[in-house]
Amino acid sequence: MSNDDIRVLTAQLAADPSSLVFLPLGEALRRRGQLGAAEKIAMAGLMRYPELADAHDLLARVLGDRGELERAFDEWDIALRLDGRHAGAHKGIGFLYFVAGDLAQALEHLEAAHAADPKADGVAAAVARVREALDTESGRAGVADAGRPVSEAAAKPVSPSPLPDGPSVAGAAIFAGLEGAQDGLLLLDGSGLRLGGGLTAPDGRAVGDAVAAHLAGVFRDASRATRLLSLGAWTSVAAETADANLFLCAPTPDSLLLLVRDSSVPIGRLALQAERASEAARRWLERPA
Amino acid sequence: MKTDIVGSLESVTRVRGVRGAMVVSAEEGLVVAESSMEGIDGAAVAALTAGVVAKLGRATEAAGRTTPAFVHLQAEGGALLAVPAPGDLLVVAVTDAEVNVGLVRLELRHAAEHLA
Repeated sequence: MSNDDIRVLTAQLAADPSSLVFLPLGEALRRRGQLGAAEKIAMAGLMRYPELADAHDLLARVLGDRGELERAFDEWDIALRLDGRHAGAHKGIGFLYFVAGDLAQALEHLEAAHAADPKADGVAAAVARVREALDTESGRAGVADAGRPVSEAAAKPVSPSPLPDGPSVAGAAIFAGLEGAQDGLLLLDGSGLRLGGGLTAPDGRAVGDAVAAHLAGVFRDASRATRLLSLGAWTSVAAETADANLFLCAPTPDSLLLLVRDSSVPIGRLALQAERASEAARRWLERPA
Repeated sequence: MKTDIVGSLESVTRVRGVRGAMVVSAEEGLVVAESSMEGIDGAAVAALTAGVVAKLGRATEAAGRTTPAFVHLQAEGGALLAVPAPGDLLVVAVTDAEVNVGLVRLELRHAAEHLA
């Protein structure tokens, strides 16, 4: 959504404060990372429509992006009490359970989200991934129950599953407390699948998955280039564009971290932010399932 | 023309810590001109740098951003720096680990402007 679109929505809301236009306006501001403004819009909307599930869903997404996961859960819970088939609330709670490691509850809510809105972005894929993770977990339990030694592979924690673009709850969980936790930090695996974090284009589109897919190629080429030129292991790739600076590094041998900031943020500062984000990513990647 | 290009590259290689500089065709990844590339496989540098820059360009495009105006691939033992130039070219420098990256970037940009 462009600046002009947001100006139009803001004008419409000013002209008619009872309008439901606060919903798309709040969401547009959230996607642009203007969380303070988005929260004010959502709260003002809730004052007028306290029984509107969509309004609670909007506030929950804003809170999720801020890393206030308990409050986000409460808002989605209210949304579900008002509308038991609310796809956004089921999806949000499903992600929160996933982040908390409760895969059974995550699956239940993601399946409900899928049933309520089969076309919702990424939900079908998320259901499949959580099922797969659950199967892996039950396989481990089966081996242990049988009294046989648990193999090294089976003893490993469940791998973090790539998540669809959507509420960046996982991003908030990984990078909570860091600048740009909700937008502009992206963690991906070596095959180009997003593990967490989020990225939006200047027009508000969620582009994390697409960018992650392209970065896998950069990872392979950078490794090959430095090896063949006897430069040792690569440590970072920085790129300056007309409107943004990007910084890419590898928190672990099998993962990549991308930071994207406005071009006014110097590359040197990005490198410092990348160090802190890499530490957070390593903690998250190495956490027990 | 080629003499001019080499002259521009020499201003890059005069920076302390720069092991070599070259002009590369961005699409084909082929060497157009090079300066002081002793001990460095110019063809490999050209192909690999063009590949990294192209893939980064696709990533920035997917992010809704413009194509990179400067790329810095840092490794433990040195760095590859690249700046696009008119005519689908890249001006590239291979450096030691200890180098003034800001100065090399300036010289790469001057060289790229000289190619216009």
